[in-house]
Amino acid sequence: MTFEYAPAPESRSVVSIASRYGLFIDGTFVDSSSGSTFTTINPATEEVLAEVAEAGTDDVERAVQAARRAYTEVWGPMSGRDRAKYLFRIARLIQERSRELAVLETLDNGKPIRESRDVDVPLVAAHFFYHAGWADKLGHAGYGPAPKPIGVAAQVIPWNFPLLMLAWKVAPALACGNTVVLKPAETTPLTALLFAEICQQADLPPGVVNILTGAGETGRALVENPGIDKVAFTGSTEVGKSIMRSLAGTDKRLTLELGGKAANIVFDDAPVDEAVEGVVNGIYFNQGHVCCAGSRLLVQESIADEIVEALKRRLSTLRLGDPLDKNTDIGAINSAEQLSRITALVSSGEAEGAERWSAPCTLPDRGWWFPPTVFTGVTQAHRIAREEIFGPVLSVLTFRTPDEAVEKANNTPYGLSAGIWTEKGSRILWMAERLRAGVIWANTFNRFDPTSPFGGYKESGFGREGGIQGLGAYLTTEVTR
Amino acid sequence: MSVPHALPDTSPASLRAFLLGLPGVDEVGAASRTAMLGTRSIKNETKAWAIDTAIGMVDLTTLEGMDTIGKVRALCSKALRPDPTDPTTPSVAAVCVYGDLAGIAREAVGDALHVAAVATAFPSGRASLDVKLMDTKEAVAAGADEIDMVIDRGAFLSGEYARVFDEIVAVKQACGPAHLKVILETGELRTLDNVRRASWLAMLAGADFIKTSTGKVTPAATLPVTLVMLEAVRDFEAATGQRIGVKAAGGIRTSKDAIKYLVLVKETVGEAWLTPDLFRFGASTLLNDLLLQRQRIATGHYSGPDYVTID
Repeated sequence: MTFEYAPAPESRSVVSIASRYGLFIDGTFVDSSSGSTFTTINPATEEVLAEVAEAGTDDVERAVQAARRAYTEVWGPMSGRDRAKYLFRIARLIQERSRELAVLETLDNGKPIRESRDVDVPLVAAHFFYHAGWADKLGHAGYGPAPKPIGVAAQVIPWNFPLLMLAWKVAPALACGNTVVLKPAETTPLTALLFAEICQQADLPPGVVNILTGAGETGRALVENPGIDKVAFTGSTEVGKSIMRSLAGTDKRLTLELGGKAANIVFDDAPVDEAVEGVVNGIYFNQGHVCCAGSRLLVQESIADEIVEALKRRLSTLRLGDPLDKNTDIGAINSAEQLSRITALVSSGEAEGAERWSAPCTLPDRGWWFPPTVFTGVTQAHRIAREEIFGPVLSVLTFRTPDEAVEKANNTPYGLSAGIWTEKGSRILWMAERLRAGVIWANTFNRFDPTSPFGGYKESGFGREGGIQGLGAYLTTEVTR
Repeated sequence: MSVPHALPDTSPASLRAFLLGLPGVDEVGAASRTAMLGTRSIKNETKAWAIDTAIGMVDLTTLEGMDTIGKVRALCSKALRPDPTDPTTPSVAAVCVYGDLAGIAREAVGDALHVAAVATAFPSGRASLDVKLMDTKEAVAAGADEIDMVIDRGAFLSGEYARVFDEIVAVKQACGPAHLKVILETGELRTLDNVRRASWLAMLAGADFIKTSTGKVTPAATLPVTLVMLEAVRDFEAATGQRIGVKAAGGIRTSKDAIKYLVLVKETVGEAWLTPDLFRFGASTLLNDLLLQRQRIATGHYSGPDYVTID
């Protein structure tokens, strides 16, 4: 016998999934006024998990009115100290129900349970704890002695980190005294609906958090509703641009967190083994469904062959399969649509002459899967070096000097994140001054913390989430309506 | 990944340049890698296999001032038949004793097990080379077929790499046919950069095994230290084709810990190293916990400390 790990599946019995879910409006679950629904699917098995209500314009109006009422009558006037109590309570409930949330996130999204358990859910709780702490100290955050909330926030979030993106949006909004109407992605609505239950359990006043499930049309109706004061969107650059167009000429505030094509830059004096780990974590974490993923490896030419060889050796040990198995490293691609986008871009890489290598792993028969893949011989002119793939696909480019590394790293319409790998501290600082990216990691990658602001340059969006800076998106010193 | 383009000749200058030219190790990154591997969930038949494999990798050790002939004989009997109630239990790999007791151990285990003796003025290594060589030769003559030597940490930390190198070469020669394990005493080297350099130094000088610790210094074996040593043997094989063993010694007390080490071995150097010829645990209390877990798997319930023998 060899040391083959026996299956170690996390039990899904910790979570009970209803067959149907309504919209969460004004503290209760209600059907959509049209009665229209859609299904959400486990991407690892293609099994239908639940039927979910699809919100239309009328439902959006109802939710926005509920949020407005809660803002005017309860949440806006409430003292920061009292708002904090609710947020602390929510944070503790998230911790108490963390296993349930992690299993549900994995079922609905396809990400490995190791990540939902050890990364997503703990960060979600941390975001609520962190912002709960701010709620009664906003006068000391650098936004004047008595900053005010903005009002009703419309929040539209993606499917890659469903619950974590909810936390990034909801926690600061509530801490600052706003109320929210949130639309989760159509392929991953379930943890947001469980979060709605947690709001009920925490006795959060009705209307403070409203959750509307639906697809692009629901999102459009929400951001175009005249009753909202602010839009926060995380998702594709394309949709971000259309939101910006539709908000032009209104007095709604907007923050956008969009795509990325981050460079992970490895110098010849890098801590090589840890750099290889960092590159793996940078692009194969969450199947590469990460807006700040290190999808371009920029490696110094003098060590490129060794790094690529080490990378392939390491990728051969990644374990792809059942996302609920505690030993799985790579889970399922979230949807058939996303898989076809990845496949199309990978084909373009092959057609344009880059050399493809995929890790030797067996893909399950059902569900949507893509093996960890590396392209070598990639140049700046290839589509796979320019377009966001949002999948487990790494493009390897080389550079000769630090200046060339900076030029190539910055030569992208995006600017969300970057990574620098070198043992030389002065080089880290020199590079960080020159890289145009919102987040720069040194000798690590994809490390998140609620105290650290996150956001982009250029087509990666504007506004920051997290930290003192993130509070600014939900506060005003103006007199509000 | 630190495969050097060329191995150094043995002149002090090129040895020094080579060791200082090895890639650095980022401590945070190494710790997070081992923490991630520590979450691997080992169940059912895999766990049963891992426990038997771990038992077969134990160097059952007693290294006390109060060691006696009786104590060593008891240890040897335990090493041969770790669980008298279950003859399917594998023997351990070796017994590990002080050099003056190596003869007693050899007499007790015959040819069934390896006898490892600590030598070279263990644990501090503070003696002249002549004394260290005599220590080694006597242990081999008494029947030890494995010698666990300590490096001169003082010389290493003051940058006298050639002196450490020459000493290992001399001890290796004194070992004759016996296998040489070189104890780096990583708890005194402190940084993972030093662990990587000392690993290469020992392998270049002819070590058959590199070993973390004497067990007399805290911290002894840790997962990040063992990771760096495993990376070194992996890269040494890539450079020379030669497979060097790794021994994690000290501080590993539970089956759960032992399994984490096996996972680390599998996912760093591969399953080729999952053999007592290439991976060992230096331990005393670990064995009883492995036996308790083994009994639990066989019977379905936990027994207790009175159902395994103390020695």
